[in-house]
Amino acid sequence: MSKEENTANRPDNTAFTQQRLPAWQPMLSAGIVIPGFVIIGVAFIGIGVALFVTSQNIQVLEKDYTGIERNSSCFKCTNPRVKNCNCTINFSLDKLFEGPVFVYYGLSNYFQNYRKYGVSKDAVQLTGDLAYFTEPSTTCAPYQRDAKDKPIVPCGSIANSMFNDTFKLFQIVNSGNVEVPFDGKGIAWWTDYNIKYRNPTTNPLKNAFNDTVKPIFWPRPAYELDPTNSANNGFINQDFLVWMRRSALPNFRKLYRRITEGEYAKGLPAGDYALVIGYNYPVLAFEGRKKVVFSNVSWMGGKNQFLGIAYLVIGSLCVVMSIVMLIVYAKFKFPDEE
Amino acid sequence: MDFSVLRNLISRYCAGEENWLDSRTVYIGQKEPPPGAEAYIPQRYPDNRIVSSKYTFWNFIPKNLFEQFRRIANFYFLVIFLVQLIIDTPTSPVTSGLPLFFVITVTAIKQGYEDWLRHKADCSINECPVDVVQQGKAARTQSHKLRVGDVVVVKEDETFPCDLVLLSSSREDGTCYVTTASLDGESSHKTYYAVPDTKAFRTDREVESLHATIECEQPQPDLYKFVGRINVYKDTEEPVARPLGSENLLLRGATLKNTHHIYAVAIYTGMETKMALNYQSKSQKRSAVEKSMNAFLIVYLCILISKAVINTVLKYAWQWSPDRDEPWYNHRTENERQRPVVIRAFTDFLAFMVLFNYIIPVSMYVTVEMQKFLGSYFITWDEEMFDEELGEGAQVNTSDLNEELGQVEYVFTDKTGTLTENNMEFIECCVDGNVYVPHAICNGQILSAASSIDMIDSSPGGYRREHEDLFFRALCLCHTVQVKEEETVDGIKRGFHQGRPTSFYISSSPDEVALVEGMKRLGYTYLRLKDNYMEILNKDDEIERFELLHVLNFDSVRRRMSVIVKSSSGEYLLFCKGADSSIFPRVVSGKVEQVKARVEQNAVEGLRTLCVAFRRLSPDDYQEACLLLTQAKLALQDREQRLAQAYDAIERDFVLLGATAVEDRLQEKAADTIESLHKAGMKVWVLTGDKMETAAATCYASKLFRRSTQILELTKKRTEEQSLHDVMFELSRTVLRQRSMSGLSVDCLDYGLIIDGATLTAVLKSGPEGNYQEVFLEVSRNCSAVLCCRMAPLQKAQIVKLIKASKEHPITLAIGDGANDVSMILEAHVGIGIMGKEGRQAARNSDYAIPKFKHLKKMLLVHGHYYYIRIAELVQYFFYKNVCFIFPQFLFQFFCGFSQQPLYDTAYLTLYNISFTSLPILLYSLVEQHVSMDTLRRDPSLYKDITKNSLLRWPVFLYWTCLGVFDAVVFFFGAYFLFDNTTFTSNGQLMTTNTQMMFGNWTFGTLVFTVLVFTVTIKLALDTHHWTWINHFVIWGSLLFYVIFSLLWGGIIWPFLNYQRMYYVFMQMLSSGPAWLSIILLITISLLPDIIKKVLCRAMCPTPTERAQGTEKLTRGPADSTPLPSHYRLLKGHAADSSRIHLGVPETSALGMPQPFPQKLLLAQRPKGGGPDLCSAVGPCVLRLSGAGFAYYAPGPETSV
Repeated sequence: MSKEENTANRPDNTAFTQQRLPAWQPMLSAGIVIPGFVIIGVAFIGIGVALFVTSQNIQVLEKDYTGIERNSSCFKCTNPRVKNCNCTINFSLDKLFEGPVFVYYGLSNYFQNYRKYGVSKDAVQLTGDLAYFTEPSTTCAPYQRDAKDKPIVPCGSIANSMFNDTFKLFQIVNSGNVEVPFDGKGIAWWTDYNIKYRNPTTNPLKNAFNDTVKPIFWPRPAYELDPTNSANNGFINQDFLVWMRRSALPNFRKLYRRITEGEYAKGLPAGDYALVIGYNYPVLAFEGRKKVVFSNVSWMGGKNQFLGIAYLVIGSLCVVMSIVMLIVYAKFKFPDEE
Repeated sequence: MDFSVLRNLISRYCAGEENWLDSRTVYIGQKEPPPGAEAYIPQRYPDNRIVSSKYTFWNFIPKNLFEQFRRIANFYFLVIFLVQLIIDTPTSPVTSGLPLFFVITVTAIKQGYEDWLRHKADCSINECPVDVVQQGKAARTQSHKLRVGDVVVVKEDETFPCDLVLLSSSREDGTCYVTTASLDGESSHKTYYAVPDTKAFRTDREVESLHATIECEQPQPDLYKFVGRINVYKDTEEPVARPLGSENLLLRGATLKNTHHIYAVAIYTGMETKMALNYQSKSQKRSAVEKSMNAFLIVYLCILISKAVINTVLKYAWQWSPDRDEPWYNHRTENERQRPVVIRAFTDFLAFMVLFNYIIPVSMYVTVEMQKFLGSYFITWDEEMFDEELGEGAQVNTSDLNEELGQVEYVFTDKTGTLTENNMEFIECCVDGNVYVPHAICNGQILSAASSIDMIDSSPGGYRREHEDLFFRALCLCHTVQVKEEETVDGIKRGFHQGRPTSFYISSSPDEVALVEGMKRLGYTYLRLKDNYMEILNKDDEIERFELLHVLNFDSVRRRMSVIVKSSSGEYLLFCKGADSSIFPRVVSGKVEQVKARVEQNAVEGLRTLCVAFRRLSPDDYQEACLLLTQAKLALQDREQRLAQAYDAIERDFVLLGATAVEDRLQEKAADTIESLHKAGMKVWVLTGDKMETAAATCYASKLFRRSTQILELTKKRTEEQSLHDVMFELSRTVLRQRSMSGLSVDCLDYGLIIDGATLTAVLKSGPEGNYQEVFLEVSRNCSAVLCCRMAPLQKAQIVKLIKASKEHPITLAIGDGANDVSMILEAHVGIGIMGKEGRQAARNSDYAIPKFKHLKKMLLVHGHYYYIRIAELVQYFFYKNVCFIFPQFLFQFFCGFSQQPLYDTAYLTLYNISFTSLPILLYSLVEQHVSMDTLRRDPSLYKDITKNSLLRWPVFLYWTCLGVFDAVVFFFGAYFLFDNTTFTSNGQLMTTNTQMMFGNWTFGTLVFTVLVFTVTIKLALDTHHWTWINHFVIWGSLLFYVIFSLLWGGIIWPFLNYQRMYYVFMQMLSSGPAWLSIILLITISLLPDIIKKVLCRAMCPTPTERAQGTEKLTRGPADSTPLPSHYRLLKGHAADSSRIHLGVPETSALGMPQPFPQKLLLAQRPKGGGPDLCSAVGPCVLRLSGAGFAYYAPGPETSV
């Protein structure tokens, strides 16, 4: 074998090829694990306490208005034949409900996460592409076209089943009822409102909807969703956007309005209130429930005991484990450190 | 139409017809059949195109796709993909189509590239120029245009373009020299012969005039077998028929040497050449890891199916009430309503299958393959396994078995060339009981012939003189050694090279070279073979010439070879040398007793012995022998058998002359290696064809048997005394008693078993007295070492098979260097070839080839161990991460009305296994070292930790799966409780307006997915013990990649997507404080149990590996600190061992000690040896003269250290 061949066949002597790359070799030894657990435990307990306290301070007021009970004021509206039914729920606050107060509607046993339901929309149509007004995507079926074969805009099950109960809150004072102003702006994602959903550029908006029909369950066409504010119509209507963001779980709440204006910006003062509900949305057919929720929020969002408790539990578990490990290590004479 | 024409046409164009014929007729020079020849059935032969490539440009895509989809995993994903295409499923076909496409494309590119390389290689081979004799002139053409029957001219140093029959050569005697180095690695020059009737055709014109046909067998792969007949037509005479054998057949791939040019006729071309036939792929071996991987896969397939069934059933149970089935907000289409329930249920089932199909990790196969392919480079790159002398490192012939190297329980090793160096040294010879020792070679000088004989016993008396002369002549004549009169030869240098032109002996058998060289040292120099005359320079500087009449070649069945020569005085002499067992029965006179005694004594010392006998042939005898041989050689059928019969008839009535002893030294560090293998819990069996005594001595020297080892014998000698039944019964009783007695101290009493081939045959043959196989297995299972001697190659394979099939199904490894080891190498789970001196056959047929036996230690203890833990983690981790991935999706079905709503976005589903979590585990599985290499080497017992597939057993698998399920539950319900009925909102200070956003289902999935990706990656990080910069880069890099990808994926309106459901989801999630907090929380919860389990297990019952990690941590950089006590113990052991076995030359290195110590010893030792410039032969010589035992270190091999 010649010399050149010898060297040619010789493997490279590099750290990598010889598997001798410098390496850090951490080990789960007692010296690392026990202090580690203590630190994590303490930190978690700290976070947990903070979360728990914060969560405790959040006020939540929930009112079920499905109207199953006969004595409920909304019972009369549960009859499907009754149209444009209004019912009122009265409640009183014995102390200030600190603001800003958020008003949510909640539905339960409502599967917005059905797969077929979830795909039943035409994303391109909702970006305002007029071509898709006349030819909605087949995914919208059975709400693609109506009986007369006219295209439905916005098509699909999600849009069709849009929540259409309305709420008005009045504070009952001596001088009569004072309406608490609701703020409906900016309750949807900013990106949904500004980028993802677009109205056709047609002016007026109504013209874009020529030769189309409104979703079957809708009382008004899309361009008239908000009669009070012409900019809040079409696909960028805030309520529509909120509805279109499907919930993850069958029991959910969606933001309805915020109370941020005027004298109620600081919160709802103690007193009696009347919630007037425009009861339209049928839920009894699928044994659903409807409720309205008033809540204020903290730095970490709405009321959520879970996170705080979980942090506390895990934190203390870590501390306990570190003690257990200490005992074990002491008993087994620290084999690593031998 | 005439029927014969039709038949001709059919036979011409039906390839099938050709296979029916068992011989072919070749017309030299493509000439018409001569008149009077037998009916000529034209056959179609392939052209001389070598096609090693699998594909052509046209069939690449279909054929490659077919090949790939034949693999079950790919097929599974294809089915999933098709289901997605056909029915309405929750995920788009892209999610499984893209990974599948990726996998298929990568594999196709790899295979295509490899095939392109093969094409290129084929092309260069097929287009290389060849000289063909046409119309009396040599014409140059391309190799692939060559056809059967063409006469080819090959010049010196050219490679034969196809299998050729030699017609004539430029040498007068019609011989040519050929080296088959590229075929079987034998660099020696082999002589090939032309048939006497054609060797006169020397020029192109003459060759053209040759009229002859060759009948020969159809091509077969055996390189060393060829049977044919040449019929030479001279004018109008009857044709002269001559036999053709392998000595006439020049194989494609071999190279012409020392001959100016030859004429030869093409017999087998193209894909029918023996070389091409030999390149057929071997049967695939599958590793134990792969088997358990497939078992796990089946479990997961069952889980998958049951998940889908459960969900389908639950779906229909839950939908029993029509309100739930079809609430008003989610009406079905008319089509769906009309579909029968059974079909709906079936489509739902398929949809669930599609949704959960990711639990079967598609990328695992790719990753495992890449890991194996790339990982095997570490073996070839290993500098420690590079052998300076050979100039080669380890070779990986199949990367499928890397991890099997870490699972070996039984090692079957060959002795000669594997444990020993196969570097023979002539030690002594004995003629009629008188011993002759050449010893004057110690300082590397060849002394003059006269002074080099040292008669230890007594001077030979007058009448013995004749035997002595005959003996030395016998050894000078009875061999197939060639003389190479050049200063350098390709391959390993032999002989004594003093700078002046000298001759070297070359032979395929090192024993023969040693013998001929030994004779040279004793004064009888074999000069050359010239014109069938062998020339010997005798002690008195006279040249004696013997005519070589016949060579009865060596074969491993006969275990002997003979030559028939005619001396100058006209006497016919038959000389035979061979193993004692094959000579003694044929001896009629001579000093049998003395020679036998000497042979046995030598064998006990571990020397290889050969006996030499002769027989005087009367002219009648000779004629008879000649007739027998020619007849046998001419036979077209059963030639082997008839030759054997002829040999048997000729080789008889010998007069015993004497015996020789050749030493084969132990390989460097062989003992150390065996000791390590023992410590690693492996059982080492030595399988050899050698004598029992020789082999046993080697076993002692190589520490296979220790002094404390109690030897159990199961040999012919014993079974002759007692019946086999009694012996077996006794052995098993001994062994079982020992086992029942010593509960604790198993190590102190170990057994070694010696069995020989004859007895083994008896044992394996289940006789009427019962089946001994079980008893034998039981006995051998309790023996730490087993020596099987007198083994035929096939018996070696039989033993391996027997152990493989025993009830524990242990993993076996066979290691050997010679052709006789091939069968066992192929049989064992892992076959390792040593690139030895007996050619490349073993290395070529092996799964791994290493230069030396000592490399086995690193191969198994380091590489094997690493590969095993790497791939074990890889497999477990893959299943784990896919459970983590899919189980939340399964749980989600309970909260979405079993509607097959995917939890994660398509991109996440697709990329999870491809890019987010693939690289860290791949890199882990390439570079992980749970303990350092030095520790592994120093402490072979760590190997026990991983035997029996310990990291892939069902409990471990269950643990990983449960961990995966636990993590999945944590992810899902963690997110669930955060979302369920609470206002999981952010106050969005980071956003443009003071808004409170609702999070939808995609945020839910993204949260789970984020926790998932971080958890599984950090879990791997926690399992990583060896953090090189690559690990850091890949682990943190892939997390970063996930984040960046998510930001990008959600940050842009992608024009090619018709939905934008992920738009800003990830950012919104990150802008929420609770999301951050819950991500941290959930990751911690998921990882805690594993950490706690690890820490507690480590503290309470640490495995040896974990202890080793601990000590390693304490003594960082302990590479050279072998604890001294063990070293002293070993030394004492040697000193106490007073036997005279001097095979243990490489003892110093065997200790596995740090270098400084033995070097000092060596320095002290050298003066005794006689000078610093010792030739390597000094070692044993010194030892012999001084008569010392192990206490001395022979410097031989160490000088190269």
